Amino acid sequence: MTIVNVEDLHYSYGNIQALKGINFKIDGYKMVGILGSNGSGKTTLLKNISGYLKPSRGNVFIMDKSVYKMRSKDRARIIGYVPQDMYFDFEFTSYDVVMMGRTPYLRRFQRETEKDVISVKEAMIITNTWDLKDRYVNELSGGQRQRVYIARALAQEPKILLLDEPISHLDVKYQIEVLSILKQLTAKGILVFAVLHDINLSSQFCDLILLMKDGEIISIGTPNEVITEENMKMAFSVDADVIRNPITDTPLIVISKRQGDGLTSE
Amino acid sequence: MKVRKSFYLITSAMVLIASLMFSASVGAVKMPLKSIIDVIFGVGNATDKMILLNLRFPRIIEAAFTGMGLSVAGTFFQGLLKNPMADPYVLGISSGAAFGASIAIVLGFGLLGLQFFAFAFALMTIYVVYIISKKGPYIKMQTMLLAGIAISAFMSSIISLMMLLNHDEMSQIVFWTMGGFSLISWSQTFYTVPIIFIGCITLYVFSRDLNVIMTGEEIAEHLGIDTERVKKIILIVGSLITASSVSAGGIIGFVGLIVPHISRLIVGSDNRFLVPFSGIVGAAFLVLADTMARTVMAPVEIPVGIITAACGGPFFLYLLVKNKNKEVK
Ligand SMILES: Nc1ncnc2c1ncn2[C@@H]1O[C@H](COP(=O)(O)OP(=O)(O)OP(=O)(O)O)[C@@H](O)[C@H]1O
Ligand SMILES: [Mg+2]
Repeated sequence: MTIVNVEDLHYSYGNIQALKGINFKIDGYKMVGILGSNGSGKTTLLKNISGYLKPSRGNVFIMDKSVYKMRSKDRARIIGYVPQDMYFDFEFTSYDVVMMGRTPYLRRFQRETEKDVISVKEAMIITNTWDLKDRYVNELSGGQRQRVYIARALAQEPKILLLDEPISHLDVKYQIEVLSILKQLTAKGILVFAVLHDINLSSQFCDLILLMKDGEIISIGTPNEVITEENMKMAFSVDADVIRNPITDTPLIVISKRQGDGLTSE
Repeated sequence: MKVRKSFYLITSAMVLIASLMFSASVGAVKMPLKSIIDVIFGVGNATDKMILLNLRFPRIIEAAFTGMGLSVAGTFFQGLLKNPMADPYVLGISSGAAFGASIAIVLGFGLLGLQFFAFAFALMTIYVVYIISKKGPYIKMQTMLLAGIAISAFMSSIISLMMLLNHDEMSQIVFWTMGGFSLISWSQTFYTVPIIFIGCITLYVFSRDLNVIMTGEEIAEHLGIDTERVKKIILIVGSLITASSVSAGGIIGFVGLIVPHISRLIVGSDNRFLVPFSGIVGAAFLVLADTMARTVMAPVEIPVGIITAACGGPFFLYLLVKNKNKEVK
């Protein structure tokens, strides 16, 4: 079944064209990595898929419905979004923050029901944050906070989860932990899109990779298909060697060649 | 957690009631609790009735609602601007009101004209700030803050100029700017109290939305909240509350800054508890401050703004020092 269908998506900030005709379809609940250099349009793509930004041309369909035609509450019940680093200096406990994920299900004066409490608890257990429930979010470590935000998005009970650089500030242990959590979610019927900068971890964890450059998708497919020396050169202007990871049998990039384009180390 | 919060709400409500009673009982004529209760229930003797019903009650009620309004508006402005140093005056409402009041004083209008001018200019100022900060359908909060500061500075300079050119009215302008309830009668409470009360209830309805917005506007949008609409409502209602309280009581500083602050330290950032709590605390605080203002140097009245600033200034410094230490850590 086609879950997401992106058709001819164009988006501009003033006269900066950030997306120049994006087309792709995803069938089934998978883990999709979005790769590309800084400024290639990854964040813009996520925000268009979530319906937060409205494209100048094109459309995004989720299970055959245009996201731009949905009521914002309905949209929030199927799309969860975890933005790039968020920090605020107010004291909310992790539990309260995750409970905010239930906002799309609550009417204005409605109190939280048993169902909301169960959903929040489940989200916090999956993300390994239940122990942190009484701690203030602004006093957590970056990795802990990131997992709380993922829990909040899960409390929305989304079908699609969009994450912008969810592991960029984490140490290697938490990077693997977060990616494993995301991977498990696909088995629960959630389609996961994650903007990632670590090519080798993407290769290991993602079912599909979407490689972007200058507002366009230059390659889409399995890690084997996308992570090639040619594509790396094209997307990042880096001369990388792609070898095989002997343990996971996935592509692995190593930077060993002398780099052109002024990236030469003296 | 929940139990502790309700405990705070009940305790603060009791403190408020005690403050109201205390304020009604002290003054040139001491009023025992029994006489106050008698008058409330319509019995009591004629002198007591005269003093309480015509002099003390309107003043106490005005002080309580002003304290509540400024504190609730301050709580929302701090959350909306994501700035714990914000207060209801930060967007220039107070300088607009002062400007309007100064014009009315210089032109020799009476009390009612003065209040009307203060109210109208307060709203006009916030409207200008709003228009400047609007970009398409979005309001830039950071621009609002800066525009508010710029307009305040501009207005203050014109007020200074007016005072220079109109020496005779100068003391009147200064006195008004410092805030006070000495001129309050039922005709003021009659129009300010409903605006403040309905305004606070309206804001309270949006306290859960504000919680989410405080953790990030973008995420709020992704949770199905129409953030631009909520921001607009909060700005408009908060400004109405502030403008009406300023028009009757003048510019009473620090209440809308310190009360939300202290309240947040006690009950936390969850606006569903914070808003009612800081409203009640604000009411009690200003009633007590006003009681001090009219009794400490009796029969001379001190402007209540001096009392709140005297309490608020040192507290502000304490917060600065505390924040500084936090950064060093
Ligand atoms: N708010 C904005 N206003 C104007 N231009 C913007 C804005 N946000 C992004 N852009 C521009 O749009 C293009 C795409 O930006 P985007 O943030 O989508 O890139 P990205 O792939 O997420 O980059 P990064 O890896 O650095 O996060 C860039 O050229 C950027 O400068
Ligand atoms: Mg980005």
